[in-house]
Formats: sequence, C-alpha cells, structure tokens
Amino acid sequence: MSMEPTPSQTIGPFFHYALFTEDLSELVAPGHPDAIRVEGKIFDGAGDIVPDAMVEIWQANAAGRYNHPEDDREDVPLDENFLGFGRAPTDENGSFSFLTVKPGAVPGPDGSLQGPHILVSVFARGVLKRLATRIYFPDEEEANEHDPVLASVGDPDLRSTLVARSEGGAFRFDIHLRGEKQTVFFDV
Amino acid sequence: MTHETTLAGYRRADGDPEHLYPEYKSTRLRALDKPLAIQPHTLSEITGPAYGHGKVRELDHDLTRQHEGEPLGERIIVTGRVLDGDGRPVRNSLVEVWQANASGRYVHSGDRHPAPLDPNFTGAGRCLTDGDGRYKFVTVKPGAYPWGNHENAWRPAHIHFSLFGEAFATRLITQMYFPGDPLFEHDPIFQSVRDPKARHRLVSTFDLETTEPEWALGYTFDIILRGRESTPFERPHE
Repeated sequence: MSMEPTPSQTIGPFFHYALFTEDLSELVAPGHPDAIRVEGKIFDGAGDIVPDAMVEIWQANAAGRYNHPEDDREDVPLDENFLGFGRAPTDENGSFSFLTVKPGAVPGPDGSLQGPHILVSVFARGVLKRLATRIYFPDEEEANEHDPVLASVGDPDLRSTLVARSEGGAFRFDIHLRGEKQTVFFDV
Repeated sequence: MTHETTLAGYRRADGDPEHLYPEYKSTRLRALDKPLAIQPHTLSEITGPAYGHGKVRELDHDLTRQHEGEPLGERIIVTGRVLDGDGRPVRNSLVEVWQANASGRYVHSGDRHPAPLDPNFTGAGRCLTDGDGRYKFVTVKPGAYPWGNHENAWRPAHIHFSLFGEAFATRLITQMYFPGDPLFEHDPIFQSVRDPKARHRLVSTFDLETTEPEWALGYTFDIILRGRESTPFERPHE
C-alpha cells in the first residue's frame, strides 16, 4: 500500500524553546583528543545574515561507521557513545557551531568510497522544506576527487561550496541560501 | 573480500511546496534559486539519527501538566500514527511539537503579538511513537495569531511537528491544522502546498472516539513519511 507523504511546512521563527531544551551542538566532550570545530554563518539572497535558522548534522564516527542498524559493517568499529547527530541554532550574528570528530570515509554506490563528509539540514522561517547539503573537508583533496557525490556536481565553482575552509583552527562552512554564492543543495 | 548487500533508497516526495512561494514573503530572499543537485541515496542518506531515546520523560507529552496550574483554553487530545510511505508504522521514533497558547501567543522572546502569555503553558512537548507508530499529546487548542506577511495577515491555528523517521532522508518538519479553519484560504504558508489533496493531508480530523467525555476534545492526525524505493540499489560491502 503506497501512501503519499505529509507535506513539509516551515519551522517558523518560534521553535527555540521547544527544540533546544538541551545543548546538542557538542557531539563529543570538549576535551576529546580528536575534537574538531565546524562553524559557519548562514546568509540570505541579499547577503544578510540569517539569525533564526536551525542547523542539524548527521555523520559517521571517526572510523567511518554510522550509528544506525542499516550500517551493519561489523569490521568497522561502532562507538555506542557517538550518536553522530547534532543540532544548533544560528545566533544573532547568523553563526552556528558544532564540536565533533572528523568522520571516516564511508562507502558510496558501485564500489566507490565517499570522501569524509557531514550531512547538513537547514530549517528556517521562509524555508518551506528542509535544505540538505554536505560538508567536505579541505585537507582531503584526494578523497574528495574520487567522491561520487562531489563528482556529480559538474561545475567546480558550485562544487567548492561543499568544501569547508580551514580557518583559525576550525573548519568554516558558510551557507548561502540564495543568489550568486548559493550553496549546492541536494534533492535528498 | 567484497560481497553485495542491497539497500533501497527513499522515494522523492512530490506533495511538498516549492522553495519559492512569493506570497509568503520570507521565501523571496531565502528560497534557493539554483536547481537542486540530484544525487543517488548512499549509506549516508538511508541512515539517520535515533535521537531522543532515553530523553523523553513521562509527562513530556502532556502540555497541560508542565506547570503548577492548568493552562487556559480548550483542552484537546491530538493523536495519530507515524507511518512510512508503505503504511508501515514508524516505531520508537521521536515526535517533537510546539505551539502558541490559547490566545495565539508563543513563549518566545521574538513573539511581539500583544496577547497574554499563560504562566501555566509553555507549548512544547515530545514523545516516542509506540509499537504501532502511535503518538499522543494532551494540550490546549492554539489560537490564531497575526503576523507581518501582508496587511491583516493571520495564521490559522496550528501545531508544529518535527519527525525523524528512520533515515536522514525522512526528516520532516511540518504543521498540523484544525478542520474547517476559515483562515486557510488566506494563509500563504498553508497555500504554499499547491496540490489540494496534499494540503488536505496537513489538516487533522475531529474524532469523537478520541474525545474524552467531560474532559477533552479529540483530533487525529496521521503523519506519512517517505517510503522506500521498491528497486534496491547495490551497496558494496567490504
């Protein structure tokens, strides 16, 4: 029996008191030896910051395994304490920030290997359905070159919107919702 | 050694609004204007967070019992099932809700609507679906409220819903409306879903069975997440 999905609606501006009852921006403890910071700002089509968005991330652990029953590769270690999920609001400067670990590479279609990446969802007032994108890492040039999803984005300028920059000890990933600099979003 | 396992991706949803719906003003600067990039679903998209387990407390589903006293307004029960696109229950999955109080005011510093806050109502709840995919909230009916989209703009009464499903691909945030609301035809957020049948799936049903005599009116609202592709893709497996 096939059923049509319930349509999406905007998250609106008034979600914080419900969705941020706990801090979900730290996927690992601050003292974690392999902790990395991933941060950025969100901009609208006029280049103005978006101070009322919610960003969620989903990623594999450092070994490249997802904490999910569909990822049943027993030869890749699972870390029960690493959920791989994070959620952060943008602040009054349009900034979001996560503390996590760099994910390992995960398999792609047809025997390929995907470059290490973090999946991102963006929700905001004025955004009628979830925007999905991916954060790749600037120090993984070779893995990125062979990544099938990056390769599917033909234009190198567009592809570059999916790669974070190294900046001040953090990985910086700005998101542009619209306009010339628009980030690539995927039809997930 | 390499062996193949087969995993199915998720079907694309076609009842969703377009990103740009100019009548909803905020989309004009926030809707993407380059086409979405098409990608096959990989292990990354068909997995997703099992967030919220062990976090939900016993009374988190009852928005009328989070304070000293009872909130003002019409007490209601909202219940339904979370199903995948093939009608199977989505079990043990987090459902988060938030809403305005009976006067149409949110407990949010950004809400400037001059309607009273209710010291006995926050308007946030969560629960996990049971073995049948069922969720249940007890709350008060939210009020309509004005907003700045256009002259004399009012949002119909609604409850925001956040759902995860079983994969990154099934993540959904939506709004539930109440049957017969005269504001429907004037609300660009509701109308952004262009297909009337799809729009209808956002409206709850009054249900006498769910109503508890002498206590609360009942509404049902089933939520359908995306279903799996029937043709699996092949996943290489080390």
